[in-house]
Amino acid sequence: MTPGGGPMKECGYREINTRGTSPMESPPKKKTAARRKWEAFPGRNKFFCNGRIMMAKQTGVFYLTLILILVTSGLFFAFDCPYLALNITPAIPVIGGILVFFVMGTLLRTSFSDPGVLPRATPDEAADLERQIDVANGSTSGGYRPPPRTKEVIINGQTVKLKYCFTCKIFRPPRASHCSLCDNCVERFDHHCPWVGNCVGKRNYRFFYMFILSLSFLTVFIFAFVITHVILRSQQSGFLNALKDSPASVLEAVVCFFSVWSIVGLSGFHTYLISSNQTTNEDIKGSWSSKRGKENYNPYSHGNIFTNCCAALCGPINPSLIDRRGFFQTDVTLSVAPSNGMTMYGSTQSQSNMCDQDQCIQSTKFVLQAAATPLLQTETIITSDEPPLPGKTTVNAQCASLALGQPTPPSSMPNLNSETALTDMIPLKEDLRNHQFLTPDEAPSPPGMLPASSPVTHSHTMHVLNLVSQDSLHEDSVRGLVKLSSV
Amino acid sequence: MWGKPAVMRTQMHNLQELRRSASLASKVFIQRDYSEGTMCQFQMKFPPELDSRIEKQLFEETVKTLNAFYKEAEKIGGSSYLEGCLACATAYFIFLCMETHYEKVLKKISKYIQEQNEKIYAPRGLLITDPVERGMRVIEISIYEDRCSSGSSSSGSSSSTSSVGGGGVASRAR
Repeated sequence: MTPGGGPMKECGYREINTRGTSPMESPPKKKTAARRKWEAFPGRNKFFCNGRIMMAKQTGVFYLTLILILVTSGLFFAFDCPYLALNITPAIPVIGGILVFFVMGTLLRTSFSDPGVLPRATPDEAADLERQIDVANGSTSGGYRPPPRTKEVIINGQTVKLKYCFTCKIFRPPRASHCSLCDNCVERFDHHCPWVGNCVGKRNYRFFYMFILSLSFLTVFIFAFVITHVILRSQQSGFLNALKDSPASVLEAVVCFFSVWSIVGLSGFHTYLISSNQTTNEDIKGSWSSKRGKENYNPYSHGNIFTNCCAALCGPINPSLIDRRGFFQTDVTLSVAPSNGMTMYGSTQSQSNMCDQDQCIQSTKFVLQAAATPLLQTETIITSDEPPLPGKTTVNAQCASLALGQPTPPSSMPNLNSETALTDMIPLKEDLRNHQFLTPDEAPSPPGMLPASSPVTHSHTMHVLNLVSQDSLHEDSVRGLVKLSSV
Repeated sequence: MWGKPAVMRTQMHNLQELRRSASLASKVFIQRDYSEGTMCQFQMKFPPELDSRIEKQLFEETVKTLNAFYKEAEKIGGSSYLEGCLACATAYFIFLCMETHYEKVLKKISKYIQEQNEKIYAPRGLLITDPVERGMRVIEISIYEDRCSSGSSSSGSSSSTSSVGGGGVASRAR
C-alpha cells in the first residue's frame, strides 16, 4: 500500500508509465480513498454493505415486519411443530420451513434491492430538455405563470402525459413516479411500502408479489395448523387444558387471525393488478378507467391475463440504473473544482490504455517535457519534495505564478492553480489520516491520484507534469488523436 | 475510471476521456420512443445537429442495432420464463451468483457502442455514451470541435458545467 517514501519523483513518473499498461491494477490501491456513488446518492435512501443494500430512510416498520414473521413462525416451530409432527405427519415442519425460507428470501430481496430508481439527469441533459421546453413554449410564454411542463406521447394508440420532474430534471417516463419519501423517480412505481421499508417498483415488484403471496400461504398454513393443534389437544384433555399446555398457540392464532385478512386481501388485489398489468398507483388514480365518456384502456396490457402474469413474474429483470457500487470517475470527482490538467492526465492514460506504442510516445513526451520545463516548475517540485514545508503561502504563490506563466488558455488555469494549492495545504495542516477524510470534501483531487498514504509530493509532481503535458496535447487535433487511438 | 468494477464501462470512459482532450462543442440527445410501450427503444429521428457530421444511414443503422439489442434483452419468451421460474424456485437467491440475460445483452451493447465509436463516430469527432449510464433515457452523442486553440478553454468550461452538478449532488447528500 505504502509506496517507498524515498524517490518521490520517480514514483510519480513510474505511475504514469505503468498505469496505462495495467489499468486494472489500481482499483485496490485506492479503495481507501475512493468514493463510491452511493455515498453521494441524491435520494433519501439508506445504504448498507458498501452500497449492496438499498432501503428507504425510515425502516422501523420493516423491523416490525421481520420480528412479527420470525417470532410467529419461531413459536410455531417451537411449540406446535413437535406435536403435529408426531401426531399427524413430519411433512408439516418441512413445508413450514420451506415457506418461511421463501418468505424471508423474497422479503429481504424486496427490501434490499433497488426498486428501479431513475438516475437524475446530468446537467447537460437537463439543459437540453430546458431548451426543448423553451422552444415548445416559445409562442405561449408571457403569461403570469409558466406553462405546465408536460409532454404527450402516444403509447399503443393511447395518449399518455409525461410530467416533468423538477427534482430529477427529467420527463418522467411512462408509469414512473416520484416517491416523496425516498425522493427518487422510480420506474413503474407501484407504491412506497413501509412494511418492506422500500419503494415497490419495476425491479422489485415481482419479489414483493411473491413475498405477499407466500406470506399469505404461510399465515394460512400456520393459522390452520395452530387451530388443528389446539383441537387435537382439547380432544385429549379438554379445551382449557389444551390452552394451558401450549400457551404460544394462542398468541400465534391471534397474530395470524388479524394479519391473514389483510395479507390475503392484499395478495388478491395484487393478483388482479398483475393480471391486468396495472400498478397500484395507476389503479388508485384510475388512469385507465373510462371517465367522462372518453374511451380509456391500459396501453401496457399484453392482451390476456395469462401473458400479463407471465410478463410480470417471469419477464426479464431490468438492471439497476444507478451504478451505486461504481466509483466516481475522474471527471466527476474533478467536477468539484475542475482542472484541465487532471482531465488531460485522464485522457493520456486512456490513450495509453488503447495502444502501447502511443503510451510510450506520450510518457516519453512527459518525461522529456518535464526535464525541459522552466526553472520555476522544477522549483515547485523541489519545494514540494520536502513534506514539512513551513511556509505554505510561498508554494501557493509559486503555483500562482506558475499558472500565469503557462501559455495555456486562462479559463482552466485558475482552477488548476487553486487545486494545486489545496493539495499542498492539506497535508501541511492535517495528519495524513485526516487527509483521507478531507480529500473528498475539500480537496478536489481525485482519490486515485493520492494512493492511500503516499505523500502529497507524489500528486504534486503529477500536477506539474499535467501542466506540461497540456500544451503538447492540445496541439493534437481531434483527428490526430483519433488516428493514434485507432492504431 | 480506475475504480470502475465493470470493464465495459472502463473502456467506454477511456474513449470519452480521450475525446475530452478535444473540445466538446455540444451534445445531442436521442430520446426514447414509447410508441410501443415502456420497452427501451430509441427514436430513429435524425438530429439536425449531426447533419454535417455523419451520414443519415450510418446513424440510423446504429440506432436500429441498439434498438434490436434492447428488444432482445426485454423479449418475453421461453428463455425469460425459464429464467424467471428458476429464480423464483430458489427464492431469487440465484441472482446472487447468476447474471441475468439482460445484463449479458448490456455487455454486448456496450461492446457494440465502443466498436461503433472507434470505427465510425470518433473519426467524425462524435462520441456515443452508453444509454445505461444515462438511466436508459437518452443516447447521448457528444460533438467535438476540431479546433485546438479555443479547445482547451471550452473543454474546461464544459467539464466544469458537468461537474457543478456532481458537486452539488455530493453536497446535498451530506
